[in-house]
Amino acid sequence: MSHTIPSIRTYGFVYLALMLLLALTVGAAYLNLGSANILVALAIAVVKVVLIALYFMHLKGSNRLAWVFSAMGVAWLALLIGLTTLDFVSRWPALPGK
Amino acid sequence: MSTTHELLQEPPLAEHFDDLEQQHLSAQLGMWIFLATEALFFGGLFCAYTVYRRMHWIEFVVASRELNVAAGAINTAVLLTSSLTMALAVRAAKLRERRWLLIYLAITIVFGAVFLGIKAFEWSEDYERGLVPGSLFTFPFRPEFAGFAEIFFLLYFLMTGLHAIHLIIGIALVATVAGFCARHQYVAQGENLVEMTGLYWHFIDVIWVFLYPLLYLIDVHR
Repeated sequence: MSHTIPSIRTYGFVYLALMLLLALTVGAAYLNLGSANILVALAIAVVKVVLIALYFMHLKGSNRLAWVFSAMGVAWLALLIGLTTLDFVSRWPALPGK
Repeated sequence: MSTTHELLQEPPLAEHFDDLEQQHLSAQLGMWIFLATEALFFGGLFCAYTVYRRMHWIEFVVASRELNVAAGAINTAVLLTSSLTMALAVRAAKLRERRWLLIYLAITIVFGAVFLGIKAFEWSEDYERGLVPGSLFTFPFRPEFAGFAEIFFLLYFLMTGLHAIHLIIGIALVATVAGFCARHQYVAQGENLVEMTGLYWHFIDVIWVFLYPLLYLIDVHR
């Protein structure tokens, strides 16, 4: 329990960054980036989530075991969505849309 | 007052733990495992979303345009702000600042309630415009796309609904923890409680951070 407690300033900066990223994600949605729109939106969301996890959820000062288990959550989710998507991308060529 | 005093005499360390640090790490680890299962719980819906969006992207684009982008953006800001106050509540608990802990928990509840209020307003708007899947679904805007637009709205209501249920549980948890900390003179026993509730609250925020762009911002640039 010897972790240093982050200052209010740190939380303030993280909050400010999150709000800027929110403005960025809304702004980027109004630009026509073609199929990159979804990638930009997801990339910004991932940055936001990393900030929330590291600072608000204190992963930064946490035990390595907490890192492993939070990473496993992401890994299982990636398996679920990734492998399902792989199936639809590769085994169903007669799909409408692209 | 004597009962309060008795409660204070209770050691905050449960007997099956060696020390406070081990107790804290166990709570933290258990919470992360729970959140991983929660991520998979929502994951099924995100997976269905991914598949249907790929198969019927035109209908998803058309359907998504009917959502209130501004209300969604305001709600994202509200939830991010509630996460900040929740993080500050956890900080106050660690510093044993009981007054600030209660203030921050109260503000967190208020922001959570504001989010639900805006969401309820959006849902009633959707209802009036015939966007609720089922026999009420009319989708008068582009009837030719109604079939799979209905799938989009089914996912929209399931995802935002499941999220709202989590938020309601979150508000109840925060209120319970605040009640616990208000009844006790010091927050020593409540410290883990506040921190784990905080993890749950931030997880709800994380889900919304993905829901907002995926549901509201599919194709607003045209």
